[in-house]
Amino acid sequence: MAVAPPPVCMSDSDLHILLIDQNVMRASVLEEGLKEAGYSNVTVVRDMQNLLRRIVDEDPDVIFIDLENPNRDVLEQMFQVSRCVRRPIAMFVDRSDTEMIKAAVEAGVGAYIVDGLKKERVKAILDMAMSRFNAFSELRDELERARLALSERKVIERAKGILMREKRLTEEEAYGLMRKAAMNDSKRVAEIARALVTATDLLK
Amino acid sequence: MTRLIIGFIPLLDCAPLVAASERGFAAEEGLELTLVRETSWANIRDRLIVGHFDAAHMLGPMAVACTLGIGHVRVPMVAPCSLGLGGNATAVSLRLWNQMTRDGAAAGSPPKLQGIALKRVLAARALQDLRPLTFGTVYPFSCHNYELRYWLAAAGVDPDRDVRLVVIPPPLLGDAMRAGQIDGFCVGEPWSSVAVDAGLAAIVNSTAAIWPSSPEKVLGCRAEWAEDHRAELAALIRALYRAALWCERPENHAELATLLAEPRHVGTSPGLLRRGLSGRLILTPGGAAEALPDFYLPASRWATFPWTSHALWYYTQMVRWRQIELVAEHPGLAAGAYRPDMYRAALAPLGVELPREDTKGEVFFDNRVFDPSDLVSWLGR
Repeated sequence: MAVAPPPVCMSDSDLHILLIDQNVMRASVLEEGLKEAGYSNVTVVRDMQNLLRRIVDEDPDVIFIDLENPNRDVLEQMFQVSRCVRRPIAMFVDRSDTEMIKAAVEAGVGAYIVDGLKKERVKAILDMAMSRFNAFSELRDELERARLALSERKVIERAKGILMREKRLTEEEAYGLMRKAAMNDSKRVAEIARALVTATDLLK
Repeated sequence: MTRLIIGFIPLLDCAPLVAASERGFAAEEGLELTLVRETSWANIRDRLIVGHFDAAHMLGPMAVACTLGIGHVRVPMVAPCSLGLGGNATAVSLRLWNQMTRDGAAAGSPPKLQGIALKRVLAARALQDLRPLTFGTVYPFSCHNYELRYWLAAAGVDPDRDVRLVVIPPPLLGDAMRAGQIDGFCVGEPWSSVAVDAGLAAIVNSTAAIWPSSPEKVLGCRAEWAEDHRAELAALIRALYRAALWCERPENHAELATLLAEPRHVGTSPGLLRRGLSGRLILTPGGAAEALPDFYLPASRWATFPWTSHALWYYTQMVRWRQIELVAEHPGLAAGAYRPDMYRAALAPLGVELPREDTKGEVFFDNRVFDPSDLVSWLGR
């Protein structure tokens, strides 16, 4: 769940945050969270064409990128390029950061800050990004489970129909029969139902 | 069975890992490998650091960069086994290729002649005040970056001043070239062949032509993990050694290409992957396949031996291209990231012949010789 962010200092609310995420929904969730927390200067990049140019033009203080994005390596190159433009560096540069790296990797977010910016100033923003990324994955998992449950329910309904027709059972009896079979085989009712539907299709 | 989780990037040279996992070489050593396909080298590094992966398909220079802590948290990594020699190529857009051929380049010509042609094209562009050409590589700490830079510099082209170098993930190189964002790139197979087949690019050099027996990926893991899992790591090295021998045999190429072509591995057509495996590459769109000598060697010439001189050469390139300052204790740390001792210990039960030394000299296409015992003169200091 999203954690209530700490109060934002005035100077920090001006930080220019660039968010690189091809997932439109997740990007909006994070953008909204940052804005609610008082960070008004947020740019979302969804189009990966000419990313390098875009970053140079936007000149952000903080960059977030989703870890599913292959363009993460493009950012890493920017540590090496021209010394005269402000360049991003990895958020994590000392040994004490490994716990933080772990949290970020598990949340699926990569973080870069511009050279010279104090890490403490960005910590609250990173925490916010991680909590929103985590909340989004939970949401995505929930959706996936709901989708699965829906498709399972459909299969169970079909299997029930087959049993009711073939064995002249009531709906309750049909379901009870499948549940008993599932219990005997240590399987889920949906698996028994799927097997029954497949077998029936094959015998047609 | 011990289960190991191993990260990899979809490239031809993940072949020994895939073969070890799918053809029983790991199982013979009591290992069950779970291969996890990753999208960026940065993810490979971070997921090793946080312990999601036990070991990974890794860029050789990345093991050195992590150990020295360049640009990121310093986490000692080790490379106890290499994953083959060669496998990279430099390709340019057809537009640039046409200009280069007018200036003397030809398909399959030696790198020196191709370099002279490129230099002439650049000189003409400078006179016309055209934008500098842009070349893509895959990661700042990569052989691709250093090999491309070596070739450019040897041709009298300053890679930081006369051209722009950018990083583009391999699967996106084709789109970037089509959009005119890059004029060339250096990348591992099958991605050059993919661009040639798409009618976008011509292959200029194999990196084996720039640096014969040039190293590429390694098996990378955290130094701490390697110390704590000596037996498992040794078993993995033996599995990879046998898998690499299997990968190199021509009679296995068709099967290997089919295996690698699966979407869970590289995910391009088997035909494209076979080009890299056999070293018979189509260099220009519509051209005939040409045999490039020693294009990709998974096993022969001690291709899996982790020479500490490879680590030292990478270190000199980091210094040469100003990724890091020359510091007295760094060469020792860099060399220490490569662990021939672990490789030797792992293979001892097999009784195979191994190199007597842990370092060797390297010869480049311009006849310069890298002597790992004299870094200072190699760096011209």
